[in-house]
Amino acid sequence: MTLVADPKAPRPPKGGPGRRTTRGNTELYGWVFMRASGVLLLVLIFGHLFVNLVAGEGVKAIDFGFVAGKWASPFWQVWDLLMLWLAMIHGTNGVRTIINDYAERDTTRLVLKGLLYLAFAVVVILGTLVIFTFDPCPSGSPADLLPSFCTA
Amino acid sequence: MWSWVAHRVTGVLIFFFLLVHVLDTALVRVSPEAYNDVIGTYKNPIMGLGEAGLVAAIVFHAFNGLRIILVDFWAKGPKYQKVMLWVVVGLFVVTMAGFLPRHLMHVFGGE
Repeated sequence: MTLVADPKAPRPPKGGPGRRTTRGNTELYGWVFMRASGVLLLVLIFGHLFVNLVAGEGVKAIDFGFVAGKWASPFWQVWDLLMLWLAMIHGTNGVRTIINDYAERDTTRLVLKGLLYLAFAVVVILGTLVIFTFDPCPSGSPADLLPSFCTA
Repeated sequence: MWSWVAHRVTGVLIFFFLLVHVLDTALVRVSPEAYNDVIGTYKNPIMGLGEAGLVAAIVFHAFNGLRIILVDFWAKGPKYQKVMLWVVVGLFVVTMAGFLPRHLMHVFGGE
């Protein structure tokens, strides 16, 4: 059985002559965040997949009425908001690590990470706005496309 | 080594899906018709198989992520990392065996 050679979790650098960086502990916090958010995301995403793909009529039942029915409840608004933020930070930090590992030229790294952070900002802001400004019963829309509670 | 590669590959795949997933879901803010039109283009066997692949990627990434956490924080984690990889494979097979028949039934019709 092969073992990883002396694996160690990153520790905060100690002060004194041995310390080679002045950048602080950002990478350590990122490393901890990946593990903590990973556990939460497992629960959030497995729940999301079960409710949307397994329970009820599954993927074929997903339409505007289905989404509107879920977001009429603050429970699913908070669930999806948490999932959006945690998944986007977790994913952006993961892709950042991969860019740092494989993009060797400084300009390549800078451009790729610029695009990554732009995508992060657009998706997180757009997603957050949609969850909170969403109207499940937009006026002028045909009733058969809307959730049943709109006609009440 | 290969689980590390697979973790990166599935992670990137899931990330790009997530970008598209938020953008198409944002169409609910445009109109019910716009959302239903775009979601309607996903309702075919090819996308159905793609969804199965996506779920497989997520399930592997999730269970292997728990294994990484145990390797990092559990004193005996590094010693049992290879055994835990087989546990990950086992959990993956069981989860997919629960998910796939039901999903494929939804995609390919029948009740």
